Amino acid sequence: MKQFNELLASCKEVAFDLRFTKAANWKLADKSRAIVGFLPIYFPREIVHAVNGLAVGIMGAGDHKQIIKGDAYYQSYICHLPRGIIEMALDDSLNHFDGFVFPAICDCIRNLSGMFKLAEKGKFQRYFDYPQNFDTLIGGVFYRQELEKIIADVYAINKVELTTENLNRSIKLYNYNRKLIEEIYKIRQQYPWRLSAVDTYLIIRAGLAIPVEEHNIILEQTVEAISNERGEPMDNIRVVISGSFCEQPPLGLIKSIEMAGCYIVDDDLMLGSRWIQGDIEDNSNDPLTALTNAYLTQSTCSSAVYDVGNPKGKRVVDRVKKHDADGVIFSAASFCDPALLDRPELQKACDEAGVPHINFQYHENTGQFKVIKEQAGTFSDSIKLWA
Amino acid sequence: MSKNATEAIKEKSMVIQKDMLANLFHELSKTKETGKKVVYTFVPGNLTELILSFDMLPVYPEINALQSGMRKKSGAYIRDAEKLGFSEDVCTYVKCDIGMMLNGNIGPTGEKLPAPDLLLLSYTGCFTFMKWFENLERLYPGVPVAMLHTPYQEDGNITPEQVEYMVKQLKEEVIPKMEKVSGKKFDMERLSKMMTNSAKAEDLLVKILETAKNKPSPIDAYFAGVYYIGPIFTAFRGTDEAVEYYKELYAEVTERLRLGLGPVTPEGELKEEKFRLVVEYPPNWTNFREFWKIFYDAGAVIVASSYTKVGGVYDLGFRHNPDEPLESLSKYCMGCYTNMNLPQRVNLLADYVKEYKADGFLINSIKSCNSFSAGQLMIMREIEQRMEVPVGFIESDLVDPRYFSYANIKNRLESYFQMLEQRKIIMAQDAEKV
Repeated sequence: MKQFNELLASCKEVAFDLRFTKAANWKLADKSRAIVGFLPIYFPREIVHAVNGLAVGIMGAGDHKQIIKGDAYYQSYICHLPRGIIEMALDDSLNHFDGFVFPAICDCIRNLSGMFKLAEKGKFQRYFDYPQNFDTLIGGVFYRQELEKIIADVYAINKVELTTENLNRSIKLYNYNRKLIEEIYKIRQQYPWRLSAVDTYLIIRAGLAIPVEEHNIILEQTVEAISNERGEPMDNIRVVISGSFCEQPPLGLIKSIEMAGCYIVDDDLMLGSRWIQGDIEDNSNDPLTALTNAYLTQSTCSSAVYDVGNPKGKRVVDRVKKHDADGVIFSAASFCDPALLDRPELQKACDEAGVPHINFQYHENTGQFKVIKEQAGTFSDSIKLWA
Repeated sequence: MSKNATEAIKEKSMVIQKDMLANLFHELSKTKETGKKVVYTFVPGNLTELILSFDMLPVYPEINALQSGMRKKSGAYIRDAEKLGFSEDVCTYVKCDIGMMLNGNIGPTGEKLPAPDLLLLSYTGCFTFMKWFENLERLYPGVPVAMLHTPYQEDGNITPEQVEYMVKQLKEEVIPKMEKVSGKKFDMERLSKMMTNSAKAEDLLVKILETAKNKPSPIDAYFAGVYYIGPIFTAFRGTDEAVEYYKELYAEVTERLRLGLGPVTPEGELKEEKFRLVVEYPPNWTNFREFWKIFYDAGAVIVASSYTKVGGVYDLGFRHNPDEPLESLSKYCMGCYTNMNLPQRVNLLADYVKEYKADGFLINSIKSCNSFSAGQLMIMREIEQRMEVPVGFIESDLVDPRYFSYANIKNRLESYFQMLEQRKIIMAQDAEKV
């Protein structure tokens, strides 16, 4: 138990180390190593790993940094995430990064890529444009070209050629990573008291700042630890959290929901780490195509992906049923267009399926949780007493 | 609205445009009788020629929203959408549009707009467009959606691979759905002919907007500019009517230029041009005339603006090309202002300050539009440092009247104009010394 607690403490330290010390030290060991920062939600880290790089998730400053310069770059009606990231860039916290990738999920992240270009941060600043066409011969070709751009960007820095063997190896490692994460979720869904949502979050978030090989060991240790009984079952309701896929809520908020009597049995907090559903083919002669096909056909449900023909409302209700949840907590960052524009439709689908739900908004540095705790507590009590 | 507001002066081109719009909305109201099919789509990166080539009629939800704003109806529409669960934080165009539908979908002329037969999700430079049409798809169940994903100019250029990606989408996704909905075969020759007209109108629009390089400028390229772009950014690009409209407008503007006259405004002709400004982003629509009057009263003329480029940055040279219609549509979509990366936007605005001899650069930042607003403060700094002109910053919203504070905006603008005045005095004194 002591060892596991130490592991959790170290994950917390890594997850919120806004200078990314572990990644910086990793890079120092070999001159051909490169660090590529990426923003939420999903980025296929395999392509960077395969060319001796480390793709590091930059999930925002949260409530761990006072924002001074960042606020001078954004109006009050822009979400909080980019102001924390520009603050980190301007105070030199990201100087050891060689390049940055900005996945196409909203206009704020898109324009942040331009701000990094103007500020000349990193050797490349790449807006990673995901296709919204899922035909392999159309969107697939486009996606592959986007992957090739990043590979070329990294090659320009470290001169490491991509090989089929290396990419297959990287895919295998990340397949294992996703498998272990899913195993943790499965155990938690059955025995949610064995590992809190906060600890789960820290373990997964830490994986965005260290090599996948190291993270897989942490995940293996976690699976082992929670495969045995630990903690005490409580009279909590089971909830799904939806809408927190980009700007991350502060830990206090996740903790408040748990303390208010809710087991979080599924969420979209670290959605990028769970984006691809199932394994990607890892012994192909053309692993770039394997990665491409995985994006086109194995992507999870997300507000950033065009969903006509596969509506998100139904998918949220399916998740509730699959995990035997009692309700949904819609928890989105303020001014997050993708999450907030989806919310009415998701709520409607829940209403039609008889799934109780509540909603609130947060900033990554929200400091007052009393109202949220009361809201979640009342939600929990109402389900326990009257559902 | 000002208490002393008088009937706005209307030139012939304005009357022509008004008639064009009235005819379109009337035609839309009669689709049940005529059997014409209706396509809902967006202004930036629109495929108007393609829609018209199938004899279908386009409807632009953003235009409906701005019209609702100007007619003081948007506030109630937005509140109705918020009652459905839409957050106060999100795009007010979306909420206004959804509110309008909930209230019977009555268009700007008071006639009911028909439901769509096709939702053409050509999303250029605005991620929210995608979310908007996902919502519309649920409000109009069963209506087919054609998705056209426009790649962003992240490297500051349009690549052959991006064009190929778009052309494939047009061929495999968009055109087959249009054929199915309209019941007509795609006619490349007809599309090509329309593009000849498009290019003619585009030439004329550029000439009109560039008259603002003269002192005094015969036009206001922002407040009046939003009317000038109307036909070409919406349902009329590619038509004979649009070409005739721009010929008439160009004749009017060149005559004003010959006579050395200032811009026509709703308050009358601007007699003295005191300040020349470049403005980033659209005006507020709910208080459009009041907003314009603040500039009129100060003698401020907007000589160039980014908003008049959201439906095409024609002054950078792009023209629809009848020799390669689909490639041309693709390049058009990717070339629109909000699909340009931030360094490109800064370069364009800096060029405007220089070429139009502007005294200052002003941003009207819009609360509900991240596509424009995110990064604007950095754009402002870049322009200030690079061009060494005074910069100003005000905030409002597109169509949410709750976010237009007249006193606050007037106060800020007056301070800004005072700063420009002082700078002019100092520069004149310095010039005398030299």
